[in-house]
Amino acid sequence: MNVFGHVISWPQLYGQLLIGLINGSFYALLSLGLAVIFGMLTIVNFAHGAFYMMGAFGAYFLLKLAGLDYWWALILSPFAIGAIGAIVERLFLKRLVGLDPLYSLLLTFGLALIFQGLFQNFFGASGLPYAIPKQLSGAYNLGFMFLPVYRGWVIVASMVVSFGTWLVIEKTKLGAYLRAATENPTMVRAFGINVPRMVTLTYGFGVALAAFAGVLAAPINQVRPGMGADIIAVVFAVVVIGGMGSIMGSILTGFVLGVVEGLTKVFYPEASNTVVFVIMAIVLLIRPAGLFGRAS
Amino acid sequence: MPEAAFAQTPAAVLKLKGLQAWYNESHILHGVDLDVREGELVTLLGRNGAGKTTTLKSIMGIVGKRSGSITFHDRELIHLSIDRIARLGVALCPEERAIFASLSVKENLFLPPEIAKTGAMTADRIFTLFPNLRERLSSGGGKLSGGEQQMLAIARILRTGARFLMLDEPTEGLAPVIIQQIGRTIAELKREGFTILLVEQNFRFAATIADRFFVMGHGRIIDAFANSELPGKMDMLHEALGV
Amino acid sequence: MSVRLEAPAIAADATARDRRANAIAFAVMVGLIVLAPFVAYPFFIMQALCFALFACAFNLLIGYVNLLSLGHAMFLGLASYVCAHAAKVWGLEPVSAIALGVAASAALGVVTGALAIRSIGIYFAMITVAFSQMVYFFCVEAPFTHGEDGIQAVPQGRALGLFDLSNPWILYVFVAIVFLFGFLAVQRTVNSPFGEILKAIRENEPRVISLGYRSMQYKLAAFSLSAAIAGLAGATKAIVAQNASLTDVSFAMSGEVVLMTLVGGMGTFYGPVIGAFIVVSMQNYLAQYGEWVTVIQGVVFVACVLVFRRGIVGELAARARISL
Repeated sequence: MNVFGHVISWPQLYGQLLIGLINGSFYALLSLGLAVIFGMLTIVNFAHGAFYMMGAFGAYFLLKLAGLDYWWALILSPFAIGAIGAIVERLFLKRLVGLDPLYSLLLTFGLALIFQGLFQNFFGASGLPYAIPKQLSGAYNLGFMFLPVYRGWVIVASMVVSFGTWLVIEKTKLGAYLRAATENPTMVRAFGINVPRMVTLTYGFGVALAAFAGVLAAPINQVRPGMGADIIAVVFAVVVIGGMGSIMGSILTGFVLGVVEGLTKVFYPEASNTVVFVIMAIVLLIRPAGLFGRAS
Repeated sequence: MPEAAFAQTPAAVLKLKGLQAWYNESHILHGVDLDVREGELVTLLGRNGAGKTTTLKSIMGIVGKRSGSITFHDRELIHLSIDRIARLGVALCPEERAIFASLSVKENLFLPPEIAKTGAMTADRIFTLFPNLRERLSSGGGKLSGGEQQMLAIARILRTGARFLMLDEPTEGLAPVIIQQIGRTIAELKREGFTILLVEQNFRFAATIADRFFVMGHGRIIDAFANSELPGKMDMLHEALGV
Repeated sequence: MSVRLEAPAIAADATARDRRANAIAFAVMVGLIVLAPFVAYPFFIMQALCFALFACAFNLLIGYVNLLSLGHAMFLGLASYVCAHAAKVWGLEPVSAIALGVAASAALGVVTGALAIRSIGIYFAMITVAFSQMVYFFCVEAPFTHGEDGIQAVPQGRALGLFDLSNPWILYVFVAIVFLFGFLAVQRTVNSPFGEILKAIRENEPRVISLGYRSMQYKLAAFSLSAAIAGLAGATKAIVAQNASLTDVSFAMSGEVVLMTLVGGMGTFYGPVIGAFIVVSMQNYLAQYGEWVTVIQGVVFVACVLVFRRGIVGELAARARISL
C-alpha cells in the first residue's frame, strides 16, 4: 500500500492499530474518571495525570516493599490512591465549594505539581521497570499478526471497567443518586442522602479509575514520574472532543481517538502527536460543546 | 400570641420559635412563630416574597443561615444538616418540583431512600392515587407535563415513610381540573394521617382542605386562625394577599 | 478588587485615591527598575522583567475577563523561537526580530482564541492546555526550532541599527523600556472604554450582549492582545538570554505564569510583576534543590488558593481600600 508517499505494510498497520487501541484504553479510562468527577463536582481534576502516575508507582511499591504481585496491585493500588483522592477532596476541595470553579482547578493543578515533584525527587526522571505478570506474557497468533497477551488484556480490562462504570451510573440505584445529585444536589440531600459524602467518594472513585489505568500502564510504559504529565493534555483534548456531558461519550471518544492516533502514525507519522489536537480544533469549530456534550 | 387561641389539642409535630433566616446578605425571615399539630393540615398564606418558601426551606435546612428554634417531635433542628433533617421524617415537595430530567419517572419515584420502616405508602397505593404515573414509568423525567410533574413530586415523598410533608404551591400553573385532582389527593393524604404544611397563594383552594391558616408578611406571621374563622377574615386576607 | 458598594461621593474620592496610589506605585516601580542593576545581577533582573511582562499579559485575561488560560506558554515560546530564528538565521536587527515574534504570537492568539473563547471557565482552560500542547509538539518537530537543542547563540545585534545590545547597560535600558511599554499597554487597555466593557463581560456577559455589544469580539481582542504581549515578553527574553528553547513553550511554563499572577494578585496591575519576581527568585535560589522547586511551587499554589486568594497586592490593596 502506498499512501502520501509512505510505503505501508499490513503488519505495520495492524501493529499501529493495536497500539492505538491500547492508548485509547488509557484515554478512555482517564477521560471517564475526569467525566465522573466533573459531573459531581463540576471541577476539572488537573491532578488526574498525577494520580495515574501514582497508580503505577503504587503497583511498583506493592511489589518491591510488600511482595504483592500485579493482581493485588490491580485492586490495592486504585483503592489506596482513591483513598488519597478522597482525603484530598475532604481536606482541600471541600473548602472551595461555592467559589469560582477555577479555584478548584488551580488547586488540583498545584497538587499535581506537588505529587509529580515529590516523585521526581525520589525517583528521577527515568523509568522503573515493572514486569508483565507471567500469566499474561507471551503472544497469541491471530493469523494475520501476533497479539501480545498483555496488550489484549489491557484493552479488555479497560473496556470492562469503562462499560461497567457506565452501567453502574446509567442503570443502578447508586447511579441514579449520582445523576440526580449532578442535577440538583440540594434536593437529593433533602431526601436524606448524605451528598457531601457521596461527592467525596465520587472523587475518590474517579481518582481510582486513573490509578487503575496507571497499574495497567506500568508493564507497558515503565513507571515514570512524568508519565501522567505526558498523557494528560491529550486526555483533556479527548474530553473536549467528546464533550463533558456524557459518560459514554468520554469512553467512546477515548477509544476512537486512540485508534485515529495509531492510524496517523501509519499514514502521516509527523502529525501523530498533534492529530488529536487538530481534531479538537475542528470539533470546536463545528460543535463547541463537543460531540456528545449538551450545548449550554 | 396566635397559638394561645388553639391551646388544647394534639401535640405539636413542628414548632417554630423566632425563626430568622438569611440568603447571603439579605435577611428574609424576621422571627417566625408557628406550630403544626399531629394530623393537621396547616396552610401558609402570603404575598410573593413574604417568606413562605423560605420558611419551608429553613425547616428543611436549605438556607444559608438560620437562627431561632425549629423543633420537630421535640427535637431541635436548627443545627442539623439537610440530610439529617430529612432522615427524621421531614419531606419537602418544592415549588419548582425538582423532577430530575436525567432520570426516568420510575427512577425519580424510587430515588428517595426509605427513612422509616412504618408509615410508608406502597407503590400500589401510590399508583391508585396517581394512576397516570404508572403509565409513564419509563418516560424521562423531563418529558412530563406540569401536572404529571407535580404528582410525581408528591408521590416521590410518600414512599419514604416521612409523615410530615411540606408542599410548596402544588397548584401553581396547573389547569383547574388538575388542581381539583391535587386537592382530592391532599385531602386523602390528610385522611391517612399525614401532617401537612402547605404553602398556597390560592386561598380558595386552601380553604377546601386546611384546618388552620397562618398569614405571612415581610418575614413574619401576621395572623393565624382556624378554617371556621375564614369568613370573618376575608377582608383582611384580601388586603394582606392583594387579591 | 475595588470596593463597589460605596456612595458616589466616596467612590469619586476613592478614584482620586486610586489614581494617587497608582502614581506612587508606578514611580516606586520605575525607581526600583533604575536601582536594581546596581544591587542585583542585571541579567537576573532582565529575565524577571520579561516574566513580569508575561504575567501582566496573562493577568489581562484572568484578572479582567475571568478567562483562565493554561496554555499561555505557547505565546511566550513561539515568539521566542520566531525572534531567535529571525535574528540568527535571517540576521534581522533585534527590534524587527521582536516585532516578528510578536506578530507570530498575535496571529496564533487570533486563531486559537477564535476557537477557545466560545467556551468559558474550565472548558476554556482545558482547550488552551490542548492548544499549547499542540504548539509544543509543533516546536519539537519543526526543523527551525532544533528540537531538544533549541536555538542557541542568538545574536543581540544593534537595536534599530543604532544601539548595541551586546553592551549589558544598553540591553538593560532596552529591556526596561520594553517592559514599561508592555506594562502601560495593559494598564491603558484595562482603563480604557474597551477595558470597561471587558470588565462588564466578566461581571455579566448576557447583559453586555443585550446592550448590543458583541462580547465575543471583545474577548477575542483581549485574548489576542494578551497573546501579543506574552509574545513581546518571549521575544525580548530570546534576545536577553540569547536562546530559545522548549522550556518556554512547555506546560510547566504555562503553570508558572499562573502561579506568578496568583501569588502577586489576580486583577491587580502590580501583582503579576511582584509575583514574577518572587517566582523567578525562588527558582534561582532553590535551583540547587532540584525538583523540590516544583514541590514548593505546588505548595504555594495550594496555599494561595486555600487562604490567600487575593494575592500580595490584592491583599494590600483591600486593606488600604484602594485599587492597584
